[in-house]
Amino acid sequence: METIATRPKSLTDLQFTYCPGCLHGVAHRLIAEVMDELDMRDNTMGVAPVGCSVFAYKFFNCDMAEAAHGRAPAVATGMKRARPSMHVFTYQGDGDLAAIGTAEIIHAANRGEKITRFFVNNAIYGMTGGQMAPTSLPGMKTSTSPYGRDTDDVGFPIKVSELMSALEAPYYIERVSLLTPQDIIKAKKAVRKALLFNKEGRGFSMVEFLSTCPTNWGLDAIESLEWAKENMLPYFPLGVYRDKSVEEA
Amino acid sequence: MGEKVLMKGNEAVAEAAIRAGCRLYFAYPITPQSELIEYMARMMPKVDGTFLQASSEVAAINMVYGAAGCGRRVMTSSSSPGISLKMEGISYLAGANLPSVIVNVQRGGPGLGDIQPAQGDYFQATKGGGHGDYRLIVLAPSSVQEFADSASDAFDLADKYRIPVMILADGLLGQMMEPVEFKPAKTEAELAELDKQHLDWAMYQNKPEPNHHHHEINSLEIDPHELEKHVLKLDQKYKLIQKNEVKHEEYNVNEDNEILCVAFGTASRIVKSAIDQLKKEGHNVGLVRPITVWPYPSEAVLNAVSKNVKKVVVFELNLGQMVEDVRLAVNGKVPVDFMGKVGGLVFTPEEVKTKIEENL
Ligand SMILES: Cc1ncc(C[n+]2csc(CCOP(=O)(O)OP(=O)(O)O)c2C)c(N)n1
Ligand code: SF4
Repeated sequence: METIATRPKSLTDLQFTYCPGCLHGVAHRLIAEVMDELDMRDNTMGVAPVGCSVFAYKFFNCDMAEAAHGRAPAVATGMKRARPSMHVFTYQGDGDLAAIGTAEIIHAANRGEKITRFFVNNAIYGMTGGQMAPTSLPGMKTSTSPYGRDTDDVGFPIKVSELMSALEAPYYIERVSLLTPQDIIKAKKAVRKALLFNKEGRGFSMVEFLSTCPTNWGLDAIESLEWAKENMLPYFPLGVYRDKSVEEA
Repeated sequence: MGEKVLMKGNEAVAEAAIRAGCRLYFAYPITPQSELIEYMARMMPKVDGTFLQASSEVAAINMVYGAAGCGRRVMTSSSSPGISLKMEGISYLAGANLPSVIVNVQRGGPGLGDIQPAQGDYFQATKGGGHGDYRLIVLAPSSVQEFADSASDAFDLADKYRIPVMILADGLLGQMMEPVEFKPAKTEAELAELDKQHLDWAMYQNKPEPNHHHHEINSLEIDPHELEKHVLKLDQKYKLIQKNEVKHEEYNVNEDNEILCVAFGTASRIVKSAIDQLKKEGHNVGLVRPITVWPYPSEAVLNAVSKNVKKVVVFELNLGQMVEDVRLAVNGKVPVDFMGKVGGLVFTPEEVKTKIEENL
């Protein structure tokens, strides 16, 4: 019998702990597939965040560190500096990266740390039960913005890829979506570029995934995909925000 | 052994750390420890080491977490307000069993306080500071020589027990110049050995098996029974450290002491001058100086309360922190008195002498 799909060896055989319809698992799988394809696993170390993907340190089958909330970029910096021959990636949610860890992420990017950042933007705090995130959309109701996000009061959602692309050092920044099969194919290409640039030691690379949180959005899996397409895509435009490989070519 | 050189404490501890094999250093500037970060900025590139000025103490301590997780000798330093910021990371280092060295060149507090020497972070260093049940080994040097020596001791202890070790100095020790003799620098072969010592658990080119054998640096145990096991295991380590690693110095401690003093770090130097002066005037006063303030030399303090000791007097550059450990150690055998100085001020030998005389 021919095997046409197996679990990537860069994932352990543990069951994901994500809710049905959650796209964290899809993001994990894309990263692991590319790690396999680029034969990177044995020389890769990752950093898991605090958030729903906290157990990423168990799911990815390479050496992994579990960081304090928001500190993954600093932890990854220490790892990369300690073992420069290794490839280092981080995986963070929007609360982790764009609220509590804003300083760490900006400065790691600004230094051009030769690491890859995977950023899962689901516009909400998943793990703690659906509070407002720095990326929650204007008017969006969450448990800490029960009347809808009031931009006069708490400002606008942070566009992380745009913000990072204001810095000189980052090598590659792209925002992709996980909302349709076609989008997932495109997302994998971005993951591949990011990890390849990492493997080649070119510089800081980041992929922002537009994702969902059916559980805390109070929608089912299909509805949440639709909601994200209608609400997130217009606010967070997909695309390449930085690609120095093109400039170099 | 090399010749003696005249050096500031902040620079001596940095030089000693490099000689002890520290090749990664992450920190954020703050007075009165800036000479330390500046020395590292100059010297680390010369030994192919990493110097990185982090965006905050929070970032610095988490860089330490990452580098320590890779099994390498790594250090950070700061002064009181910056150490407060590091507390989250220190708790994670302790929880994840990561060897690392943190230097606190204490200044006056609370809040922004001032930039003068103080010992107000004793509680923070020895009783927690960060969240959860954890301990640090805390070394309290009292001279530039000892400050320098504490660096290699700290790295050795950190590696031996897989624990963060704090060197609790103060602004005076950091700023003052004294002759210091350094231990020889680690050779290439020794450095290579150091690099290998943690590969059985650290992150680095570990070849994971399909059945989940990669290395994890982690302090999370979501199952309460697993967390209980983890914390109790940490506690066993702490008990072992309490048994094996307590260090103190005795100064003029004898069977005929009338008063026993207890002081650590800079404060102990002033107490020694007062004791010398009192000796000339015919009074027999002893001093126990804890070198490890955690684990605390409780037994040594109690044993030094000999039959003629009327009182124990504790001197600290704070409002009375270590005195609580002294009271626990003495356990009511004799009264315990206290003299403190705050604001970044340091008591004079005369003030200390007067305080002792009041108790004679
Ligand atoms: C210092 C600290 N503050 C708060 C928390 C609680 N906390 C855990 S996860 C989280 C938010 C995670 O949200 P996000 O990063 O968006 O990830 P998601 O769960 O949505 O994937 C918070 C606030 C914590 N663990 N540590
Ligand atoms: S709470 Fe949301 S983000 Fe977290 S696993 Fe469930 S669906 Fe995914």
